[in-house]
Amino acid sequence: MAAAEASSLRVREVRKSFPAPDNPLTRRLALDAVSVSLAAGELVSLVGPSGCGKSTLLRLIAGLDLPDSGELLIGSEPINAPSAERGLVFQDPNLFPWLTVRRNIQAGLVARGVLHENRHEVDEFMRLVGLEGFANAYPHHLSGGMAQRVALARALINHPRVLLLDEPLGALDAFTRMRMQDEVLRLWQARRTTMLLVTHDIDEAIYMSDRIVIMTQRPGRIERTIRIELDRPRDRSSSDFLRLRGEILELLHFAGSALADSKN
Amino acid sequence: MLQGEGIRRGEEVSLSSLEVEPPAPAVEPRARIVSSRAVTAKSSPPLLTLLALPLATSIALAIHFLVSKSEPPPETHSYTLFLCGVLAAGIVMTLMQIWWPGLRRWMRDMCPIFAAAVLLMSVWEIITSGLRLLPLPYFPSPAGVLQSLVNDRALLFDSTWHSLILLLSGYALGVLSGLISGICIGWFSPARYWGMPVLKVIGPIPATAWIPLAMVVSPSAVFSAAALIALAVWFPVTMLTASGISNTRASYLDVARTLGAGPAYLIFRVAIPAAIPSIFIGLFMGLGASFLTLVVAETVGVKSGLGWYVSWAQGWAEYGKVFAALIIMAAFFSTIMTVLFKVRDRVLVWQKGMIKW
Ligand SMILES: Nc1ncnc2c1ncn2[C@@H]1O[C@H](COP(=O)(O)OP(=O)(O)OP(=O)(O)O)[C@@H](O)[C@H]1O
Ligand SMILES: [Mg+2]
Repeated sequence: MAAAEASSLRVREVRKSFPAPDNPLTRRLALDAVSVSLAAGELVSLVGPSGCGKSTLLRLIAGLDLPDSGELLIGSEPINAPSAERGLVFQDPNLFPWLTVRRNIQAGLVARGVLHENRHEVDEFMRLVGLEGFANAYPHHLSGGMAQRVALARALINHPRVLLLDEPLGALDAFTRMRMQDEVLRLWQARRTTMLLVTHDIDEAIYMSDRIVIMTQRPGRIERTIRIELDRPRDRSSSDFLRLRGEILELLHFAGSALADSKN
Repeated sequence: MLQGEGIRRGEEVSLSSLEVEPPAPAVEPRARIVSSRAVTAKSSPPLLTLLALPLATSIALAIHFLVSKSEPPPETHSYTLFLCGVLAAGIVMTLMQIWWPGLRRWMRDMCPIFAAAVLLMSVWEIITSGLRLLPLPYFPSPAGVLQSLVNDRALLFDSTWHSLILLLSGYALGVLSGLISGICIGWFSPARYWGMPVLKVIGPIPATAWIPLAMVVSPSAVFSAAALIALAVWFPVTMLTASGISNTRASYLDVARTLGAGPAYLIFRVAIPAAIPSIFIGLFMGLGASFLTLVVAETVGVKSGLGWYVSWAQGWAEYGKVFAALIIMAAFFSTIMTVLFKVRDRVLVWQKGMIKW
């Protein structure tokens, strides 16, 4: 119970500003009083227009940046530094170019000094992301999608209690993407990880998450939260799925264009 | 240094372009011969390339016999032997490449260069002992230079050995201290605050400018020469290590921290690997500076080494020996440079287009 408590996440009234690019003396608000809570083991998707502060929010939760004001809590502990407990898959893969695929994946184990005990997991995770044949390749040999899969495996191998995913599947083709969605779901169910997933893909958000959090244009604010009550495994072509999709698109003011698309 | 790198890049480009064989165009044979070397890459190299070295050597021998009639034979003996040796080697290699593809590839690249070098020596011989266009004691013929080299080989070998020891100890000391101070200045901001001004003020002074002071202060000339070489190396290595470390992409550090990395991992497994390309530029610049400092220090203070040998031979007006020492120096320095290039290629495989085992 205590462990489950410890992986709940609370973001309360968080503000974050950056120096304005045109005039460094003034600051521009990127996040404005953002509040989100994730229960332990919940999978929540974060959607919103580009530049609304999704990555900024993830960096704050990871502990890489500190907010101007507001509170970030993991369990009942305030977040003030990065930790292996909170894994983050960045929007860019950011693989270490001087390490091979295998060494990139095991970087977290090396960093925590537990490589020896967990060496067998490296192969497991390479299989998981389908890169067994590339163990000794360097990152510049990989396609964008392969690199993103390595980045995913690198974060997963630490078994973080909270996993923050910034469009981790954005660079993948449709088939790999669906397969990886299922793999991420399987890991999530097996480990009861708390997950916050940024995505631009409404289908992915509906397919994966317990709740979808929609953010507004910059400065980012939470516009609304939608609970997805479909049973898992979800069927992407079921009528409930499609109805939900229509509703969400309508909420996002895309209804007109979506209708136009479906008529063509 | 940068020039050397440029040349190497060029070689690689031409090599890889040779390996890609364009689809054989349906052209008449004559047009194929005229077209670029790339077409003949996979097939055997043109006969002229393979025979370039024996041909050039024969020409050089002929010129030598014509020119050296006026000179006493013993002095030119070793040059004749040398040319005959090159000729024999050229012929043997030309025969051996028939069965040995690796040698063939190497010869295709190197034979024109060697042939040109031999011909250049012939031109040198014509200018000096043939037409006597240059004042003689200062510009001996290649035969004379080779003779000095052979006659004085013991002392030359000894000088090279001393230079090598001095260079390596100074360079190693400079690299070690440069890496340490560079990492500290690049990573820790107090070290940066206090170290950077020192670096900016002391660093640009050429190490050779310290020689008068060093000779007064230090108990032994060799010791102070090593320290000066170390100083010359220290500056570029520190500068480029520090800049490499402090320019480590923040996102790499962020990734490592979310993976649970502590300070040691961040420095030794992220910042330093990320800085290695920059560090190698520093190592190359330092190597250039160390050659310069070595020669000057040996000329001025140390009583051994190639630099000392050159000025000693010049003092006795034995210019054959001066040139001999210069040739040794060229071979010596470029070998060390090549070794460093090889080390860099080894360490930086992750930057290149392929994995080499
Ligand atoms: N380090 C920074 N310095 C200055 N401004 C920043 C910085 N990081 C983010 N911003 C600004 O904050 C805003 C939000 O950026 P963020 O990267 O969080 O957007 P995002 O929602 O992730 O967008 P996308 O969907 O395109 O990835 C942007 O306007 C950006 O210009
Ligand atoms: Mg983003």
